[in-house]
Amino acid sequence: MSAVPLQPPRRLVEFTLDGEPVRVPEGSTLLDACRAAGKDVPTLCQGDTLTPKNACRVCMVEVEGARTLAPACSRRAEAGMEVRTDSERARHSRKLVLELLASSTDLSTTPRAAEWIEEYGAEPGRFGEDAATVAEEPKVDNDLYVRDYDKCILCYKCVDACGEQWQNTFAIAVAGRGFDARISTEHDAPLTDSACVYCGNCIEVCPTGALSFKTEFDMREAGTWDEERQTETTTVCAYCGVGCNLTLHVQDNDIVKVSSPHDNPVTHGNLCIKGRFGYQHVQQH
Amino acid sequence: MKTGTDSTTRTERSARTGAGAPAGKAERRDRSPKRYPRLTQPLVRDGKDAELRPATWEEALTVAADGFRRVRAESGPDAFGMFSCARATNEMNYVAQKFTRVVMGTNNVDSCNRTCHAPSVAGLTAALGSGGGTSSYAEVEETDLIVMWGSNARFAHPIFFHHVLKGIRNGARMYAVDPRRTSTAEWADSWLGPNVGTDIPLAHAVGREIIHAGLANRAFIERATEGYEAYAAEVEPWTPTAAEKVTGVPAEAIRELAHAYATAERAQLCWTLGITEHHNGTDNVRALINLALLTGHVGRHGSGLQPLRGQNNVQGGGDMGAIPNRLPGFQDILTPATREKFEAAWGTAIQPRYGLNLTDMFEAMESGALRAVYCIGENPAQSEADSEQAVERLRALDHLVVQDIFLTKTAELADVVLPATAAWCETDGTTTNSERRVQRVRKAVHPPGEAREDIDIICDLAGRLGHDWKFADAQAVWDELRSVSPDHAGMTYGRLEEHQGIQWPCPSEDRLEPTYLHGRLWADNGPDGPSPRAVFGPVKHDPPVDLTDEQYPLRLTTGRRLDSYNTGVQSGSYASPLRRGEYVELCPEDAERYGVTVGETVRVTSRRGSVTAPVWVDPGLRPGLAFMTMHFPDEVDTNQLTIEANCPIAGTAEFKASAIRVEKLAAPVAPESVRS
Repeated sequence: MSAVPLQPPRRLVEFTLDGEPVRVPEGSTLLDACRAAGKDVPTLCQGDTLTPKNACRVCMVEVEGARTLAPACSRRAEAGMEVRTDSERARHSRKLVLELLASSTDLSTTPRAAEWIEEYGAEPGRFGEDAATVAEEPKVDNDLYVRDYDKCILCYKCVDACGEQWQNTFAIAVAGRGFDARISTEHDAPLTDSACVYCGNCIEVCPTGALSFKTEFDMREAGTWDEERQTETTTVCAYCGVGCNLTLHVQDNDIVKVSSPHDNPVTHGNLCIKGRFGYQHVQQH
Repeated sequence: MKTGTDSTTRTERSARTGAGAPAGKAERRDRSPKRYPRLTQPLVRDGKDAELRPATWEEALTVAADGFRRVRAESGPDAFGMFSCARATNEMNYVAQKFTRVVMGTNNVDSCNRTCHAPSVAGLTAALGSGGGTSSYAEVEETDLIVMWGSNARFAHPIFFHHVLKGIRNGARMYAVDPRRTSTAEWADSWLGPNVGTDIPLAHAVGREIIHAGLANRAFIERATEGYEAYAAEVEPWTPTAAEKVTGVPAEAIRELAHAYATAERAQLCWTLGITEHHNGTDNVRALINLALLTGHVGRHGSGLQPLRGQNNVQGGGDMGAIPNRLPGFQDILTPATREKFEAAWGTAIQPRYGLNLTDMFEAMESGALRAVYCIGENPAQSEADSEQAVERLRALDHLVVQDIFLTKTAELADVVLPATAAWCETDGTTTNSERRVQRVRKAVHPPGEAREDIDIICDLAGRLGHDWKFADAQAVWDELRSVSPDHAGMTYGRLEEHQGIQWPCPSEDRLEPTYLHGRLWADNGPDGPSPRAVFGPVKHDPPVDLTDEQYPLRLTTGRRLDSYNTGVQSGSYASPLRRGEYVELCPEDAERYGVTVGETVRVTSRRGSVTAPVWVDPGLRPGLAFMTMHFPDEVDTNQLTIEANCPIAGTAEFKASAIRVEKLAAPVAPESVRS
């Protein structure tokens, strides 16, 4: 008898999304269904390689008959559901959540944040000048990557990627309560005194740029980081024989960052220290 | 979760920081990245005693071609040898072997796959008819039992280990077999720590226990295999108790592994260089394959044999025919019909015999039979076992052409140095990974200075030697390969893109084959059974060549660290916070016995050479076992210690088992190596 069951084929479930009938494979989330239907529901904490954490609350949708709004990233589609993504209640919720996030954290490097703030009419400034912020200096304690917790929305994706969902190194976790909650190493030690193995799989999933390559951090500081001028090319890692796919971000013929395609069957978006950071040998300067 | 995550974290941390090791004054050493300047122009040497000097491409290619032509005219085609590159693309390897066979007319082509996984290819081919790992990474996530034998994948193949971890999280049990209690072993349900070089007695005892417990898969053995009787007779003396005496593994642990492996519905047996880098590496591989044949753990989804390759294209280099006994598509040179096919395709005659492998070629350099070498992207002056001897042999060549991205130690010995591109980011093409997946490599940056693509350079040389080859691009090379290799025929660049890589065999453009090999062993094949059947290998135990004795009491084994790679040319160039340089690692008991502490420089001596290195203490080792890597050869040239005792079948050297002694130094010396 096998201890590990194989997955049976998935059936389709049918429900109503913004008044239109849709069919999705059993087990799909409402967010999956929205994306399949071409609907742009914003989200920050949802990771395509991670189990939903329901942390950011930006993707809330209205489910007919439910008392509260539901996070589309984790609520599974059920037959006969009636879901509204664009109701006044859902839009208002998103607006408030964006205001709270943007007033307390620096979303300047969060892709699409500015667009959503405009789309939902969010006014982060309305809490006043003295709204609480994290107000921390970026942590630069090694030459590979930087932690800037001013930009952290506590979505837990880095903790999950470092922990049991992928890397299983457990170098970071959440410390503190309430507004003082932070992603932290054990005893808030520098990364160099932690269990960190510098795979950078936390950077890969970070939605806000709180975790970034040191190269990117330095270039942003110097004002030379320019994504318009960058190309992204997916190739295969030059180290061991596992064959991980790397996406090289190149600016002015220099590799400035390395990511990994999330849908790749070899890596699922993960790399090791050599694959992610060991490209310097081909650089000329 | 049965595997304590806390303990893993702690151990991995202590492995890096030395926490828990005896306190000692660690010497401050420069850990900053070491950058080798890229080669940006060709270099030539005016006579053996002259220095390398810059040259034009025209001059360098002329000198290179003239040398090959002269040696061939004087000594015949077999005086030429090609070291192809396990780091370059399939396309480059295809052109390099074609250059060897068509332009020079010899089968003397090989690459550094010889120093690592050639025994896996040889063993798998002999037993199952194909040299590739039989299963896929995803199957490790859907298996019931994982055996990691001689493999510290947590450090050496971290992303493969992600798949193992998924398997463990899904409920699979994992057994680690390794002389060192590695960070891979930290995740195991059970760790079996055999003495170095006793894998065959251990495997045989597991096999005998399976047979005696009545757990052998009789139906599978009868239907799909041959050679069982001889195998059963061979393992019969290896009772768990007898094996315990030789291997040091408790008989009870051997029994437990045997029962777990035999009763699992699905099981994956994975190995790395701990199995292959022995003087009898191919026999080691056969001993493991035997266990899969005994239990039927091959040829099904989730049940298979998975060697983990050490370089990005070790699998592909061999698949492309850059080995002395196979034509592209892993087709045997000795088969007349195969030769005829290639002779027709290439318009040439192919020698009907195997060429020299890398090990043979080094021996032929010494005898003078091999006079010219074209070395592409390899650094044998540092990566060969007994490196001093390798350098002497390279010096004895009449004509050495090195094509590389750096001025390596090997390039420093060359008559002509040709600046090439870094295959993985400066060229287009494909590489093949450990699960036989052919994937696209794409050009992302432009090469520096006058550096040129490998294929262009080889074709230019071929032109000067009378063969006008025109490949418009890498895809044109690939399409030529597809036309002669049935296993790759269905892999168009378009399909490779669409499927994010395709595993071989892929004979047709219309469909994809199963992700595992050898399904024929389970198919209904009629009364004659599958063809070919899987073959048991009745191999015998043969202890390491370099025996320990009173003079050399310690067993030195070698391996890879997480942030480093081979001779460090690549991995030394980035600012790794984990880098700590080379150490000789001892267990706490031995450190105490020799009166040495962490960071103290000691002399390490084998029967071949002597180096000095600082001490590290690793509680994952045991008394009598020391560990080093070859990542920092400029600091500590570990391969001066290793023995060039080669596997007679595959030619791989016994990097994993040298005999050494460790001596305290009277006065401190600089960490440079001291020659004996």
